[in-house]
Amino acid sequence: MIGSRLKGVKVPHMKNTAGSVPRVIDTPKTVTIPMSMHIGAPATPVVKVGETVKVGQLIAEAGGFVSSPIYASVSGKVKKLDDILVSSGRFVKAIVIEADGAQEPWEGIAPPEVTDFQSFIDAVKKSGVVGLGGAGFPTAVKLSVKDLNQVEAFIINGAECEPYVTSDTRTMLDDTDLLWDGVQLLKKYMNAKRIIFGIENNKPECVKKIEPFAQKEAIVEVQKLPPMYPQGGEKVLIYNTIGKTVPEGKLPLDVGAIVLNCTTLAAIARYIKTGMPLVSKCVTVDGSAVAEPQNVIAPIGTPMADLFNFCGGFKSEPKKLLYGGPMMGIAVPNVNVPILKNTNAILALDAKDAVTPAPTACIRCGTCVDVCPLGLMPAEIEVAFRQKDAASLDKLKVNLCMECGSCAFACPARRPLVQTNKLAKSMLSAYKAVQKAEAERKAAKNKEEEAVK
Amino acid sequence: MNENVIGSVSPHIRGRRDTKAIMLDVIIALMPALVAAVILFGFRALLLTVISAGVCVICEYAWEKALKKEITIGDLSAVVTGIILAFNVPATMPIWKLIFGDIAAIILVKMLFGGIGCNFVNPALTGRVILFFSFTADMTNYAFPKNTVDALSSATPLAVQSELSWANFLDLFLGRHGGVIGEVCTLAILVGFVYLVARKVIKPIIPLTFIGSEILFAWLFGAEAPVLSAFAGGLMFGAVFMATDYVTSPITNKGKLIYGIGCGLLTAAIRCFSNSNGGVSFAILLMNIVVPYLNDLTRSKPFGGVKVK
Repeated sequence: MIGSRLKGVKVPHMKNTAGSVPRVIDTPKTVTIPMSMHIGAPATPVVKVGETVKVGQLIAEAGGFVSSPIYASVSGKVKKLDDILVSSGRFVKAIVIEADGAQEPWEGIAPPEVTDFQSFIDAVKKSGVVGLGGAGFPTAVKLSVKDLNQVEAFIINGAECEPYVTSDTRTMLDDTDLLWDGVQLLKKYMNAKRIIFGIENNKPECVKKIEPFAQKEAIVEVQKLPPMYPQGGEKVLIYNTIGKTVPEGKLPLDVGAIVLNCTTLAAIARYIKTGMPLVSKCVTVDGSAVAEPQNVIAPIGTPMADLFNFCGGFKSEPKKLLYGGPMMGIAVPNVNVPILKNTNAILALDAKDAVTPAPTACIRCGTCVDVCPLGLMPAEIEVAFRQKDAASLDKLKVNLCMECGSCAFACPARRPLVQTNKLAKSMLSAYKAVQKAEAERKAAKNKEEEAVK
Repeated sequence: MNENVIGSVSPHIRGRRDTKAIMLDVIIALMPALVAAVILFGFRALLLTVISAGVCVICEYAWEKALKKEITIGDLSAVVTGIILAFNVPATMPIWKLIFGDIAAIILVKMLFGGIGCNFVNPALTGRVILFFSFTADMTNYAFPKNTVDALSSATPLAVQSELSWANFLDLFLGRHGGVIGEVCTLAILVGFVYLVARKVIKPIIPLTFIGSEILFAWLFGAEAPVLSAFAGGLMFGAVFMATDYVTSPITNKGKLIYGIGCGLLTAAIRCFSNSNGGVSFAILLMNIVVPYLNDLTRSKPFGGVKVK
């Protein structure tokens, strides 16, 4: 339907666990639940040390409009409120719960009453659901649209372009009913005119499961997308499905699109159906150091170590541990870090996979320019960054970089291009801040002079 | 606690192709021309090629060793430079003179500017031009193919354009005429071209616009046989193997287009209005110099980007 598609790279799929029906992990002894598993203000704890909690019970309320509440993922006793070091390098408050193993649901669990748009948004807010594709943006905020007519299309992201990760695949295969409920919810309460499932065509089983939706419901369509990284990137998916370009500094909504990850939609539907908020997550456990890679459903806050142990432990010494896939995943320092709301995979890589090759000189081949989905020029950005030329970085639009890593993946000289982009972005924002302050100072001065006159 | 894990920024995987693999592909693409050269000019063509490649590698190694820099000969780029330079001399070239050209190409053009990726002109091409001015007689003493009775008789078909006719097109195409080692056999060069494009080492933009615009401008400038002359001299080899050098050609598609047309225009102009040999070399060298400007002028358009004044 759409002629041109944004570029990207062909990454190895490594979907080893696509056929692995998720198994529920043995209840962990303790869970560590950080108050910041989403973009926005951290949640505020509402439980005290020593308090008994049950599964699904509120333990922290949203800390602001852009925030999300957090619920107990195990039944047990609150052991401590602690500051833990998270992957961003910051210390974040976390609630540590000692599990009693009973996994008793909280008495107050009941499906919310949803009758209209507002009650739907309230329910989404209460569900604790955030963008489960990885971004962790509070979903209720995304759905709080002032004018529903503005939304031309809901795009359900089933691209899952990251290597290894199959948790979205499992959502489409195992939670098809919840996705159907989700479609109905969007239609009923968000007045959805068009719902597009964007699925990479290397997942024909998923396409087969979702395609009947389109037959039953005229507003639904399934778009089979060529496997390409980063097909699931928000701006990329919007362009590749409805052909709209999200301009710099604007939101998808400005071009009439709302993108929801398929697992996010299923989680909303689950809460509205059962009343059980987001307390557990299907996580792909894979990587060359893992003995038996598979999908595991684990309570949020479960230490990584428990998941690896549940998957037969390590067959070789892990040299790199990742939250997420290998293209955008975050390396973590040890196996004690917990599973978060937006964790879709954890990987343990052996020595061979953990070490990335040393960079050599740029040969000006232009591959990075060819693969950048957003039309940036990483090779030129690198030069400008080295020369501390912020004005050029501004012209080269490094601020648009979504850090997908396609450039660094494809670079034959193995240059850390996306890494440089990240540094260049902060150099540029510092430069812009100075520019802004300068402009304000000048404006103030002019005003003063005028006043004197 | 497991303190033995590596912390690094994503991505944690890399594509398979590295600089060495690309250079190896270029070397493979050069092989048909080498085979043709050996058939046409005998084993001296092979000898010169091997010596040239070897000297280039030794030069790079010695330079880096002497300056205590990281040794980069493993990337095979020096081998490519050596082969291409050898392909630019006649099979009769005295060996020491070729070595002189190799040293100039690697030390003067490549290493003095910072090694691979930093040279602003093509090393092999500059080596050729240096040899051309240093030893003009040797460089234009074009060897004749062996065992070919019906080979075109003039020094090089380009010198006497009136000899170019469709009747001896096959001789031109197969390389049965005088010339330098690597550029006589159009067929072999085209095989290399197809390989490079199929392996996605190069895009066809530069060779096609270069050759196409050369023919067009030669015709406009009143050349006797604009199409046939494209098969003579160094145009094919230059367009496929020298104008496409990554470092000295633009990184954007638009830039490549302008660069290819510029190369074609300059080649046609030199061929039609000057008696000088080596029009292709000078055209590419001149275009090499404007590459940074072409890159700046043809920057890609960021997706959804708002223009900065």
